[in-house]
Amino acid sequence: MQSSPSARETGAAGTADGATTDTPDNTTPGTPNSSASSADPAGSTAAASSSSPEAADLQGCHVVVLAGGMSHERDVSIRSGRRVAESLRTCGAQVTVRDVDAQLLPFLSEHRPDVVWPLLHGAGGEDGSLRDVLDLLGLCYVGTGPHASRSTWNKAIAKRVAGQAGLSTPDHVTLPQSLFRDLGARAVLAGVVERLGFPLIVKPNEGGSALGVSWVADAAALPRAMVECFAYGDVALIERAVTGTEIGVSVIDDGSGPRALPAVEVTTDGPYDYDARYNPGRTEYFAPARLSNELASRAAEAAITAHTSLGLRHVSRTDMIIDSDGVPQFLEVNVVPGTTETSLLPQAIRASGRSLADVYGSLVNAALTSANAR
Amino acid sequence: MDDKLSTGRPGPTGGTRLDPWFGAYAQRAHGMRASEIRALFAVANRPEVVSLAGGMPYLDGLPLDSIADTIQRLVATRGTTVLQYGSGQGDETLREHIVDVVAMEGIDAHPDDVVVTTGSQQALDLVARIFVDPGDVVVAEAPSYVGALGVFRSYQAEVEHVPLDADGLVPEALEATLERLAREGRRVKLLYTVPNFHNPAGVTLSAERRPKILEIARRYGVLVVEDNPYGLLGFSGDPLPALRASDEEGVLYLGSFSKTFAPGYRVGWVIAPHAVREKLVLASESSILCPSNASQLAISAYMESADWRGQIKSFRELYRERRDAMTTALTEHMPDSSWNTPDGGFYVWVKLPPGLDARAMLPRAVTSRVAYVPGTAFFADGTGADHLRLSYCFPTPERIREGVRRLGSVIGDERDLADLFGTDADVDPDLRDVDNPGPDLA
Repeated sequence: MQSSPSARETGAAGTADGATTDTPDNTTPGTPNSSASSADPAGSTAAASSSSPEAADLQGCHVVVLAGGMSHERDVSIRSGRRVAESLRTCGAQVTVRDVDAQLLPFLSEHRPDVVWPLLHGAGGEDGSLRDVLDLLGLCYVGTGPHASRSTWNKAIAKRVAGQAGLSTPDHVTLPQSLFRDLGARAVLAGVVERLGFPLIVKPNEGGSALGVSWVADAAALPRAMVECFAYGDVALIERAVTGTEIGVSVIDDGSGPRALPAVEVTTDGPYDYDARYNPGRTEYFAPARLSNELASRAAEAAITAHTSLGLRHVSRTDMIIDSDGVPQFLEVNVVPGTTETSLLPQAIRASGRSLADVYGSLVNAALTSANAR
Repeated sequence: MDDKLSTGRPGPTGGTRLDPWFGAYAQRAHGMRASEIRALFAVANRPEVVSLAGGMPYLDGLPLDSIADTIQRLVATRGTTVLQYGSGQGDETLREHIVDVVAMEGIDAHPDDVVVTTGSQQALDLVARIFVDPGDVVVAEAPSYVGALGVFRSYQAEVEHVPLDADGLVPEALEATLERLAREGRRVKLLYTVPNFHNPAGVTLSAERRPKILEIARRYGVLVVEDNPYGLLGFSGDPLPALRASDEEGVLYLGSFSKTFAPGYRVGWVIAPHAVREKLVLASESSILCPSNASQLAISAYMESADWRGQIKSFRELYRERRDAMTTALTEHMPDSSWNTPDGGFYVWVKLPPGLDARAMLPRAVTSRVAYVPGTAFFADGTGADHLRLSYCFPTPERIREGVRRLGSVIGDERDLADLFGTDADVDPDLRDVDNPGPDLA
């Protein structure tokens, strides 16, 4: 999400390259190709509902939900984990919620859970590193594999991959802190402003929950925004702000191909920042979003394109803005979308007519199935 | 659990705000929300992080086995009383003990003068409830205790800060502020002060200034709220006489067992003039019926069976050692910052080098596994970004040294960044909020 005031200027779509050059791989096991996907929001809702009319039966299944961690989003992760655990218990699963600490690996080795669900937001949880360890242990888990997680966690890479897959994304530059030191902040910022103009969004290239994100209306506010951004990470993504309808589109794939859930629209009386995200009241949500069928279909297609082109598995949420020309502007993808009381994924699931227990349970089953197929 | 999501009623344009009562909250509840700063403290509680943020006493220093025996005996012998409702004003035996405690600071009180509360935080709430109407002014030190600011805000008071220096609240500044407020026709109800080992500033109101402050408050008709949780935790000499010791009618004295014994009991008290006391009791009864009998009787039993004065002395020595560890480490690792050297209590108030913003720097500090409380928490107007509060009460001296070392490194990096971008620590208008503290930050 852009975390921007409601009144924004329209920016030109573009796919400018950032400074980073890594590329994603699409070798995540079990990732269906896009031809199996459903991008029609109404159709996907019906299909999603009909595929799993009842909550999944997870009797006898031991699920370890990983929540907490050491990232700045620890608090959000704990809330996300608690909610998912609660749902899975209603499916009959034996659920253990664990923090990530020195006791975790001995615990996993000893108990060998059927499925691990990493609900760690931020670094460690979303950058692929923990998933590498789960792979090393040979454990089955819900969600995207390490390589695709790493690519998605890096917003600049994700934007480029999405652009290569045909999506529009706001023009941006990605700049490490060291570059400002080497070349001089004033000169670099002047170049950025000359190319992108105002208003801008400044955000950490790796991070979530709008932490360190600033809306920048003019040159006077830019230095402080940079300092606040670099407090959360060493690389900043500076993006041209665009106006339009701000939406998050969740994609789930429980084994029958990725399906887009109804888009959830957010409107706030100010920035969609941490406060607006996690304190009910300031943000008004529309699930489904107030979009025409055509625009809703475009948004769903874009989310599925992002999901498949980045090689994601089981679940993702793509944040976009539908601009004044009706074009979905890709902002970023989350491989561990929030599942707190105010998060968009649970709202999308409800809007699709399914229950949280049904969807979360089906994702656990999908993880089990893909593990058995290996 | 799905039902929890379905409670949203339509918002102004047909969406949901996920809170069916969004439009129903009282105005005083509007500022009550979790901030990202509060979220960062979720990480600070991890053992990998050296938290110099919280004001938690070091309870490992207590004779826990002996306390456990005392509680067991208490329940075995007086269980039906311990677990029953009690008096709204508080248990009489405990009030007698409280009189003994405050006598150490020169207060000559009668048990009838004492109202026992659920921590002194409830005492603050009760005082604000019976005195503060929306728009009334509360005068407080700059900086001031974050928990008090939260209470005053919840009663829609307007807080006016008065500077303090190394000798505590500055009488001339207080008088100038009260004079200005009188000229402006504003109604000043309370002067809130932490005279001993101030939270967060660490300073103590000098003996010379105490009568001056009382005289000024009397002249302007302002009731003094003397909040004194740390008074017995001085590192040198006897405690200074409390303000209440020389003014029975003009001072409400707030005390607590949280710092000298154990915050888990949640027992504090108010000593108040008769008429005020009556209202406080009624207000407390309407709020909680009565303070916890179990906690009160457990504290009485502790005071009757243990050397509580010796325990306080032991705490003083322990905290002095930690204070020394912190100030020595600050000298070594943060030479470009400045700070006070407190003579008691829990806190060092650090002024950062020019251009740094303690609130903006906190994520970087947490990433480096050290936490503090940004100075902005201690000002009602969101200023104070150039300061931070460090606590030395809970971590061991070794952890304190490591925490300050990490913080010194963070400050170095942040200073480079501030120099690079030419930012300064002017308050960000978006940050003009008091961060409601978690319980462990008080």
